[in-house]
Amino acid sequence: MIVGGLDIAILLASLMVGAVPILLAALGETVVERSGVLNLGVEGMMIIGAVTGFIAAVTLENAVAGFIAGALCGAAFSLIFAALTQVFQANQVATGLALTLFGIGVSSLAGQGYNGIKPPVTGAVPLGLLRDIPFLGPMLFRHDWVVYFSLFMVFATWFVLNRTRAGLIIRAVGENHEAAHALGYKVNRIRLLCILFGGAMAGMGGAYVSLVRVPQWTDNMTNGVGWIALAIVVFASWRPGRVLFGAWLFGGLMVLGPNLQAAGYAIPVEYLSMAPYVITIIVLVIMSSGRGRSLGAPASLGQNFHASR
Amino acid sequence: MTAGSDELLRLEGLTRAYPGVIANSDVSFTIREGEIHALLGENGAGKSTLVKMIYGLVRPDQGRMTLRGAPYAPARPAEARRLGVAMVFQHFSLFEALSVAENVALGMENPPAMKALAARIREVSEAYGLPLDPGRNIGDLSAGERQRVEIIRCLLQDPKLLIMDEPTSVLTPQEVEILFKTLRQLAAAGTSILYISHKLEEIRALCDEATILRRGRVVATCTPRERSAREMAELMVGASLAVPARRPQTRGEIALEVTGLSLASPIPFGTALKEVGFSLRKGEVLGIAGVAGNGQDELLLALSGELPAPAGAIRLAGRPIGGLGPAGRRRSGLVAAPEDRYGHAAAPDMSLVDNAWLTASIRMGLADRGFIRRAKTREFTEEVIRDYDVRTPGPDVAARALSGGNLQKFLMGRELKQGADVIVINQPTWGVDAAAASAIRQKILDCAGQGAAVVVISQDLDELMEIADTFAVLNLGRLSAPRPVEGLSTEEIGLMMGGAHGMEEAHHAG
Amino acid sequence: MLSLERRANPSQFWLWFTPVLAVILTMVAGGLLFALLGSNPFTVIRTIFWDPLAGTNASYFRAQLFIKAAPLILIAVGLAMGFRAGIWNIGAEGQYIMGAIIGASVGLAFFPTENRLIFPLMVAAGAFGGWAWAMIPAILKTKFNTNEILVSLMLVYVAQAILAKASFSFLRNPDGMGFPGSRNFSTYPAARNLDLIERSGFHWGAVAALGVAVAAYVLLTRHGIGFRIRLAGQAPRAARFHGVSPTRLVIFCLGFAGALAGLAGIFEASGPSGQITENFATGYGFTAIIVAFLGRLNPLGIIFAGLLMALTYVGGSLAESRLNLPAASIQVFQGMLLFFLLGVDMLTNYRIRYGAARVKGAGA
Repeated sequence: MIVGGLDIAILLASLMVGAVPILLAALGETVVERSGVLNLGVEGMMIIGAVTGFIAAVTLENAVAGFIAGALCGAAFSLIFAALTQVFQANQVATGLALTLFGIGVSSLAGQGYNGIKPPVTGAVPLGLLRDIPFLGPMLFRHDWVVYFSLFMVFATWFVLNRTRAGLIIRAVGENHEAAHALGYKVNRIRLLCILFGGAMAGMGGAYVSLVRVPQWTDNMTNGVGWIALAIVVFASWRPGRVLFGAWLFGGLMVLGPNLQAAGYAIPVEYLSMAPYVITIIVLVIMSSGRGRSLGAPASLGQNFHASR
Repeated sequence: MTAGSDELLRLEGLTRAYPGVIANSDVSFTIREGEIHALLGENGAGKSTLVKMIYGLVRPDQGRMTLRGAPYAPARPAEARRLGVAMVFQHFSLFEALSVAENVALGMENPPAMKALAARIREVSEAYGLPLDPGRNIGDLSAGERQRVEIIRCLLQDPKLLIMDEPTSVLTPQEVEILFKTLRQLAAAGTSILYISHKLEEIRALCDEATILRRGRVVATCTPRERSAREMAELMVGASLAVPARRPQTRGEIALEVTGLSLASPIPFGTALKEVGFSLRKGEVLGIAGVAGNGQDELLLALSGELPAPAGAIRLAGRPIGGLGPAGRRRSGLVAAPEDRYGHAAAPDMSLVDNAWLTASIRMGLADRGFIRRAKTREFTEEVIRDYDVRTPGPDVAARALSGGNLQKFLMGRELKQGADVIVINQPTWGVDAAAASAIRQKILDCAGQGAAVVVISQDLDELMEIADTFAVLNLGRLSAPRPVEGLSTEEIGLMMGGAHGMEEAHHAG
Repeated sequence: MLSLERRANPSQFWLWFTPVLAVILTMVAGGLLFALLGSNPFTVIRTIFWDPLAGTNASYFRAQLFIKAAPLILIAVGLAMGFRAGIWNIGAEGQYIMGAIIGASVGLAFFPTENRLIFPLMVAAGAFGGWAWAMIPAILKTKFNTNEILVSLMLVYVAQAILAKASFSFLRNPDGMGFPGSRNFSTYPAARNLDLIERSGFHWGAVAALGVAVAAYVLLTRHGIGFRIRLAGQAPRAARFHGVSPTRLVIFCLGFAGALAGLAGIFEASGPSGQITENFATGYGFTAIIVAFLGRLNPLGIIFAGLLMALTYVGGSLAESRLNLPAASIQVFQGMLLFFLLGVDMLTNYRIRYGAARVKGAGA
């Protein structure tokens, strides 16, 4: 199907791919924020995941190892944030920012000598006949495993948060940490685990940028995707299902530009490069103005807990 | 003493110290099976620390506990719950954005699946005359209903000992009756109840035994039905108390007039004000009673100017001031004292001097072209500390370093010393010891004697009876018509407060 | 086991000593990092912290110190006011860029007119540019309750796109033979931000930075506006009770920070940088966040913090050229400083204890 010079199936397929880093990072951050922690270091954890994933994949000549390394290193990196905010009671906003600034520096240091290398290819999952279904085939069934994994994680996050006891405890801690503590739950320990999960997801999202989306290593290559992921969590009112919707929306916007250019539309490059950010702002405004208060925000979001009584 | 076969929990020599404070010292007593045991004491007597030790939230420094003869030393609340000890908190440990069933599940060790749990909640809550809808969000429930959630959460685990911390402070008289009926029913079925309160009449009506704490020590054990309330009060306080001196009744012209004040609540899950109206003369004290969460906070915000109102809805000596903010209202002669000391009435991390400037800068002339007059502010602060007997190392300590009672005295002094025409106070003596409370009430009466019009919002009926000239009740955001206190019977007050939350039906249904 | 106990009163000693401790810890951890990278840590630390001040060519490096410190201090003072009030403007980089673009545009519009008023006009335009860019998150925050952290940051990327556009098209030097980048202000005396003492590096931006820091200090500690800023950050409900209008506070804090970032931008464009190019923005707006915290959000502390951070920049580039240290290692070094600072910060408000947690205040 071709509309206005654009192949819609290809466009939607590239949208699904383009959305993966945002989706993974935003899902992780959703869990983190549901537990009452605001980690603004998503961008930093992503870039760490991007560089470590890239190095691991190139060194071990194995893309899957790259994703695992990205997730592990993202989690390890988020441990800095967890230690500072949960143990040392540091301000979450400042610590998150520091994590981002630090991550960009560390990644650029670690990535020296890896510029211009091609990483091992992350191939499409062989889905046999499904690939050949007209329209749906190219759109849905020719992707790599991370795309399907990220979709599975949407469901898994939703299920854990809303249908399991662990999820109930996470939500309770984010809603009222004093009460959760009074009931005997270890608030800071639960939050620490959520932060690690968020780090792993962001790290994996970052690895997807350097291993599949680009695919190579350049300094500061996540280029604000982590911040957009943060915005999407707000946009999604902290719900995994809506995170998927938001990620596709932004994934679509990001692939639309190049596709339009390829189709011969003359759009100045500056407008294309600022479009995702401007649209993020517009969406944030619409989301926040619609209901007066940001309904659905965990009540303890961004507040540290110290068991003083 | 030999351990009777019906002994449930025995405390022996429990001691717990905090830096600078000994919360409990050598506390020993015994709770028998099926007994309703009162733990009586003033704020600060060490009741909360004691029950936290029993519930596993705090560990004792010394002493030991036995539960049915076996050593009992819970390291965590979960362990206490597993051994059959459950607790209903004074400030509910509930989650507003979660449902009743989810809240109950969080308090249980191994909750059944949500559907089964919801059915159990319905079943148990009806059996005890405390009907609850498991699917509703806590945020939409009244204070009384929230307490039911806490109680049901405990009952579902078949506790041997149920600890209730000040359970009636959020209930209407009718709700209190229902609660007592439930508790008696439980005790009859063999559950022991540790009932913490400082309300003597309730204890006399409900409890079999009472342990009285003062300054962390057990000062007496008695059977409440055999003692008069006065006897127990003196044991609790350790001295006889002065009743504030009434001033002669002189009424001036109208100082404050509120008409048709309807405002949405800025607080999540708060109560909107609906057509609130009253008028107040110079020298008059209006007492506003009501169960917590019926619009008290909103009324204070509306009067202090934090919540903007239509200009004409609030008039100060005839002048419309509804459109003015807090600063403008202070300038026109109205000061207010909110309930929450840490974070609303005062900035906990700022010094007392800064906190004095916080509200007194305008009326006391503590600013010069926007610059803070530091010497003069300090002078005013020291004056408040002196006149209100605030125990503090000095005016430069952070507000949070003061005990609740001392900070409250400071904050009351800060407002009352400004010579305002109208003073609005929410919970003037909440969490303050009896001596300080009576001093604060006297100062309020003194201000009224000098011609100030005073609005006192309080959940302590005795306090209102003591100082108010006229009395009104705030219920679901509506204010009843004010009536003179003189000649008002307890029954009439009960009727003014009651009827809310469909408690009557619940009672009959139960 | 170690545990934390909240202090009744913040410790005055740690309030002042934590930044020093953080710097020491950073030197230790940074030294380890440099050792890992194969350099002698002592040489590197000396190259960064000592050589620019007293080594060979120190006079050149001292000038560089002021050049780097001035924008950092200007921006950090503005940010600190907002951070104190709990308003998180992290888009100073964008405000810096927009200040430079608007200021430079005004200056270049007069080219080649010579008039003493042109430079002051440019400075005012620069401040306006930063202010206006900061008003976007401010208005969105007050009108629609939109998160200012995300909006101000998103606007950095937008500003960078505009910067690219400016240097490639509307500000491109017509006599530049097609190369991107604006006309250089060193060729336009009336619009030039000169050193006050030749080659000292002490240009108008440094004067402004010092003046603004002192003024902000007085405002913060002696004036009602400063009181309201502190109050809003520490106890938002008490601030409402005092009569602080959240709307006005947001507008003031974001506007103030934006104007100062804009000033930093135009001083940089008309002075040390000399022109608007695509690579004009070098991250002062982000580093200033570290400076603000390092200075404990106190304007006078920020002067020292700004100089220290400038030293790591100057010394870092020295280490880069002399010791072949990767440029990113300095960025890592700066990040470490912020982490250590945040980590040791709790010593001001908490006490470390051995044994079981002892908790203040008997619950009653």
